[in-house]
Amino acid sequence: MTSAHLELISASKPLIELRNVTCGYGERVILENVNLSVPRGKVLALIGTSGGGKTTVLRLIGRQLQPMTGQVLLDGVDMATLDAQGIYAARRRMGMLFQFGALFTDLSVFENVAFPLREHTNLSELMIRDLVLMKLNAVGLRGARDLLPSEVSGGMARRVALARAIALDPDLIMYDEPFAGLDPISMSVAATLIKDLNHALGVTSIVVSHDVDETFLIADHVVFVANGRIAAQGTPAEMRASEDPLVRQFVDGLADGPVRFHYPAVPVAEDFGVGASR
Amino acid sequence: MNWLNPAAVGLSVRSGLADIGEGARLFVRLIALVGATFGRIRLVVDQLFFLGNRSLSIITVSGLFVGFVLALQGYYTLQRYGSAEAVGLLVALSLVRELGPVVTALLFAGRAGTSLTAEIGLMKAGEQLAAMEMMAVDPVKRVLAPRFWAGVIAMPLLAAVFSAVGVLGGWIVAVPLIGIDPGSFWSQMQGGVSVWADVGNGVIKSAVFGFTVTFIALLQGYGCKPTPEGVSAATTRTVVMASLAVLALDFVLTAMMFSI
Amino acid sequence: MQKSRHDVWVGLFVMVGAAAVLFLALKAGNLLTLNFDETYQVAAKFDNIGGLKPRAAVKSAGVVVGRVESIGFDDKTYQARVMLQLEKKFAFPKDSSAKILTAGLLGEQYLGLEPGAAEKNLASGDTITQTQSAVVLENLISQFLYSKAAEPSTPAAAPAAQPAAPAPKK
Repeated sequence: MTSAHLELISASKPLIELRNVTCGYGERVILENVNLSVPRGKVLALIGTSGGGKTTVLRLIGRQLQPMTGQVLLDGVDMATLDAQGIYAARRRMGMLFQFGALFTDLSVFENVAFPLREHTNLSELMIRDLVLMKLNAVGLRGARDLLPSEVSGGMARRVALARAIALDPDLIMYDEPFAGLDPISMSVAATLIKDLNHALGVTSIVVSHDVDETFLIADHVVFVANGRIAAQGTPAEMRASEDPLVRQFVDGLADGPVRFHYPAVPVAEDFGVGASR
Repeated sequence: MNWLNPAAVGLSVRSGLADIGEGARLFVRLIALVGATFGRIRLVVDQLFFLGNRSLSIITVSGLFVGFVLALQGYYTLQRYGSAEAVGLLVALSLVRELGPVVTALLFAGRAGTSLTAEIGLMKAGEQLAAMEMMAVDPVKRVLAPRFWAGVIAMPLLAAVFSAVGVLGGWIVAVPLIGIDPGSFWSQMQGGVSVWADVGNGVIKSAVFGFTVTFIALLQGYGCKPTPEGVSAATTRTVVMASLAVLALDFVLTAMMFSI
Repeated sequence: MQKSRHDVWVGLFVMVGAAAVLFLALKAGNLLTLNFDETYQVAAKFDNIGGLKPRAAVKSAGVVVGRVESIGFDDKTYQARVMLQLEKKFAFPKDSSAKILTAGLLGEQYLGLEPGAAEKNLASGDTITQTQSAVVLENLISQFLYSKAAEPSTPAAAPAAQPAAPAPKK
């Protein structure tokens, strides 16, 4: 595909859209009035503080959560209008990579990657074998096919999970903290894989991450979620140049700023009995 | 929880009812999935191996020792009334009617029930169930239902093995060790144990216990908090609830089946 | 259907379980003694059936020849009517007698059939006329007391004192 083609695609309708979405658990509201659109064929990075609402966005897209108000649109179709069959069909177009891989511990690496193929297709064993080995090859783990999840390292487990996520050639892949807890080599392997798959398969990718440096290397578009709102969005370069204090604190990794260092407490004087109160 | 606070009591009653309702819905769902589950018999076979075959050793050894004790205790009591020859009948009836189904169910709850709860709980904690949902595979159908039906099949078989081994254990103590006449041992037993009323009812009991114990184990695992503490609390709850349920149901079933 | 590597072991497990059920049914239970032969029905009337229950054995010369099918009450003659199912291969004369006996001192009660000498045999629907009711313990004791009281007494003691003597000892 030429870059002109890619421009054409990104100019078309976004794959996912969140319109005025408010969402939470029970009484607690996590996201408030969020508007977001995920451009087709690009890598979108969701960064932000812990508990700020990034994983909630992924859950909304995968329909594990429903918005209290607002709409979540997949290819222009409001997901609230889909029945159970429709939801399952929508999920088959998505692949999700969970934080630590979430591999099925009783199945081998091969069986894990073959799982979606076995559940959703009627392909012959021979075809399944070839497909699984191709996916494993794409992530560099074709030789590890017979290992069990307990026998592979954390980074390898995540690569297997990635192979499983792309088994059905989805249109959208969501990555929940793909870089958390990885050594520098594995981290760069993961980042390369995300970028290469995005180009090779023409999928849309959403990456939720804390790691500013790696993420900015691969993202086309960055969205900063904080306190249940979108605090800022733009290209990585724009984010680095931003003047917003919250974005600055995050990007520069400063200990204190809009996100306070001290947990709310009574004044120091009161706790240590210093001053006129005695 | 403050028992004097009506709002708190009301809330806890309401959430208790909601839990019961959810549990009932899951039970009905598992029953309704019988056709789909047996269509993928390989999953059931795998689970039958983990629940049934793996429990055989504890069941057989326990059955043997229970048979030994029954014969011994039975002999001591019966010989006072000159009825020592009826010890075979005593051992067989005790096992087939009560001890076989009940003790097997309690052992099953402890061994297979806890492993089921822990397995499902850990799958939940490791986001495997969520991953399955995201892959558009229903975890109830793929993970819970095969385990449920495998447990239901395994229990009566294990109870029968327990009773049979117990009878043999009773024979070992009564005939070679104590010296009861082998002929009377078997003939008294055969004269007193009825196939449909005793053995049949025992099989029905163990099937009911199979439903109960497996369901409780799966429910606790599926609904636990996805943390290590949550899983361990759920495992304890499985054993306690399943044991109490088995004993209570035993009373109800015995009253229904063996009434005079 | 895909093969599972556990297939053999699970199959073995199921076989062992089924064998256990069969063992219990055959060896420990009475499956083999269940009779599926044809039977004919005969009635018998008793003043008192004692502890006789349905499905109790009907024995002649100690061998089981049938079963008690049901026990009912005849409110015209105020007697118990017991319906028996006797195996077709055993024929009994029309004047056979039926007694309610006890197996062992504390055992279950069964019906004993003693053949008579008539030429014609009992057919389906006939009634056994010669019956002996079950022994009721209270009647036995009061019989014993009366018989003791009726004995010729020794000159020294008054007859009234006699029944008092054996009773407390018992």
